[in-house]
Amino acid sequence: MTIREIAGLLNAAVCSTDASLLNKEVEAAFGSDMMSDVLAYADEGSLLISGLLNPQVIRTAHMLDMPCIVFVRGKVPTKEILTLAEENHIVVLSTPLRMYATCGILYTAGLDR
Amino acid sequence: MEELLHYHFDVDGANFASAGEASVQVKRLLRQMGFSPDLIRRVSIAMYEGEINMVIHANGGDADIYMDPEQIRVVLKDHGPGIKDIALAMQEGYSTAPDNIRSLGFGAGMGLPNMKRYSDDMTVESTVGVGTTITLVFRSV
Repeated sequence: MTIREIAGLLNAAVCSTDASLLNKEVEAAFGSDMMSDVLAYADEGSLLISGLLNPQVIRTAHMLDMPCIVFVRGKVPTKEILTLAEENHIVVLSTPLRMYATCGILYTAGLDR
Repeated sequence: MEELLHYHFDVDGANFASAGEASVQVKRLLRQMGFSPDLIRRVSIAMYEGEINMVIHANGGDADIYMDPEQIRVVLKDHGPGIKDIALAMQEGYSTAPDNIRSLGFGAGMGLPNMKRYSDDMTVESTVGVGTTITLVFRSV
């Protein structure tokens, strides 16, 4: 599933400016607000779904080579966070949906690991 | 034997937002040197957890990285409060981090277990009131 498709399914705003990254394919996802758990359990290259908004979310994604972060519950990243994401070629999406709905929609659409 | 490459980083304990910057630099260095993606990921994750720990518990410290083609050794040294019971600290879920750190996404008691999980060898030396030194070894083959 491409990041563009994910943004569409979640009615998410694309906060990043580099549109070429939207064609990247994602094969797995991990949802958590606890970054230690992301570091412990997420597969490399997964989509990260989180309601936590701070620079460490971007660093965590960077360490795991994650191509995209979806911020749920309408969280909008600060400029500082966006800049950090762009430096590391990580796409940032923001959806008004809650974590549970976000995961359910993506799982049903085939992003099931 | 090939000569060891050594890099030193100061981990700034004053600013949680900048925690992880040394790990980001190490990740970049390892990429430039052509280590395998799996090894790079393991080193970055473990070192990142270590760096976060140093910021949370010890007001920062020193990170030293030694590289040769066979292995990468990461030495994290702080002058924080020390760990009273290392076996207990190594248990998943045990944490002494304050609540404000949990609200930032850490302090779940996964830091030391994650460092052990992603390294090939881990040594923790700690003296209460003096500080902690953690040595992580990652083998490239």
